[in-house]
Amino acid sequence: MLRYLLRRLFQSIFVLIGITLFVSFTIRLSGDPAVAMFQGASAPTAEQLATIRKQLGTDRPFLVQYGAFLAGLVHGDLGTSFRSGQAVSSAVASRFPATLALALTSLLLSLALAIPLGVIAARRRGSGSDLAIRVFSLLGLSFPNFWLGIMLILIFAVKLRWLPPSGYSGPDSLVLPALTLGLILASTTTRLVRSSLLDVLGEQYVTTARSKGIGEQRVLYRHALRTALIPIVTYIGLQFGALLGGVVIVEQVFAWPGLGSLALNAISFRDYPTLQGTITVLAIFIAAINLVVDLSYALLDPRIRYA
Amino acid sequence: MKRALTNPSFLLGAGIVLLVVAAAVFAPALAPHQPTAANLRARLAAPFQPAYLLGADAIGRDILSRIIFGARISLVVGVASVAIAAVIGTIIGLLAGYFGGVLDAVLMRLADIQLAFPFILLAITVIAVIGPGLWKLILVMAFAQWVQYARIVRGQVLSIRETDYVQAAASLGAGHARIVVRHILLNALTPVTVLATLGIANNILLEAGLTFLGLGVDPTIPSWGGMLADGRNYIERAWWVSTFPGLAITVTVLGFNLLGDWLRDTLDPRLQT
Repeated sequence: MLRYLLRRLFQSIFVLIGITLFVSFTIRLSGDPAVAMFQGASAPTAEQLATIRKQLGTDRPFLVQYGAFLAGLVHGDLGTSFRSGQAVSSAVASRFPATLALALTSLLLSLALAIPLGVIAARRRGSGSDLAIRVFSLLGLSFPNFWLGIMLILIFAVKLRWLPPSGYSGPDSLVLPALTLGLILASTTTRLVRSSLLDVLGEQYVTTARSKGIGEQRVLYRHALRTALIPIVTYIGLQFGALLGGVVIVEQVFAWPGLGSLALNAISFRDYPTLQGTITVLAIFIAAINLVVDLSYALLDPRIRYA
Repeated sequence: MKRALTNPSFLLGAGIVLLVVAAAVFAPALAPHQPTAANLRARLAAPFQPAYLLGADAIGRDILSRIIFGARISLVVGVASVAIAAVIGTIIGLLAGYFGGVLDAVLMRLADIQLAFPFILLAITVIAVIGPGLWKLILVMAFAQWVQYARIVRGQVLSIRETDYVQAAASLGAGHARIVVRHILLNALTPVTVLATLGIANNILLEAGLTFLGLGVDPTIPSWGGMLADGRNYIERAWWVSTFPGLAITVTVLGFNLLGDWLRDTLDPRLQT
């Protein structure tokens, strides 16, 4: 177990170095941030530029800057915003809870829908409800999340006036964005719950359990579903990145003050330290979730013991 | 083929895709108005009237005409990005799977990184630097996605390489090039075709999303994502501005997904999910 944990941790660190190196390198390609800071103002003198470069530390070679970024990252320092002059880490910290709340609520909502629907579809395979559930999954795969968001605003905020159309003012405003992401994620997860459960229900130990006279409900929930959840947990780990990608777009639809809007605003102001810091934090978040997912297998399947 | 013509997924999927392709190809002949012509008298004109069948947007441009022309952008981005990614990915996957070694190791590490880095974040980073634009978007998608194709081809090669018929071809004196192209490539293309069809659907969605965020196609070109970004601002007064372009995206993506699902079930039952 410990060896597996260390290997898995090493792999995550490698992936994070790859991502941060890519992000830092790409952002450095954008040109001289010192020049960018003078945008719109009168043309800077060579001396002014040199002073700013020295202040920002961008006069040093790329690898030295990257090393400094990593060293800062370890201490929770993500640099200073070009625009506000404040620490990027405090901007990220103030936006992170909104993104986390939206991502986790959507995830829970999708599971609350996908597991029962998938179980129904698998138990009544070939029936009308199975077909309806399969159509739901296919539609969810084809719906643009931001359009679904706009349509939900149209129905529940503009026409029915039940919920606020956008912003961040209490639990009410979480409903529509979480529903947008949750419905779309649920559609694909349902498909997987169905097929995974169908696989497991064909296994010998399920037949054995049934032949011992164990009730169908108990076979389903205690024996089959637990095993069927393993590929689903993996899938959710893999989908978490996509979910956060969706969060970035949906935050924009609902004017949700999370990391996605922070990153998008940073682009329009060419505030590269903020952009770099936000993307890095999101990448770390995704890597951490995947690590937790991998380690949680042992809890679900007693056969896996990380030999 | 006869079975295909009675399969509802195939019929619906192929029908939708043909319709969208026809709209894109014959856009100038089909569109009732110029897609970029503003008409201030028709500002936010309601839909279902002869002059503006699907209504007009905030500066009086005909929504139906813009949807017809917008099909061009969605198809070009979807098909071109997938084609570039699939060709590059297939070549690298073949080489990595067949020869192994450093190339293979690098490919697998890249695949790890790619899995952990959502496309939207990558696109935001790169587009922040190179700026938005149709071809830039296509290249960013291809750059991010070739790894998927390389990975799946590599897996195929690893299993096909050990089959009896490849071993037989090698012992009969077939060279590397002949084995790779004739015996392995043709068999490895099945999953690539499936992945590519579903990939077109996915990239049409991604293009619309990035254009909606202002990171995709130039807003002066009629595109479905751009129309939705406009429509979001008028949601209180004019539901049609954002409803119809979204419907166009959903139906098109559904068409490619149906075709992809059908291909997967037909070509390779093992890949079923």
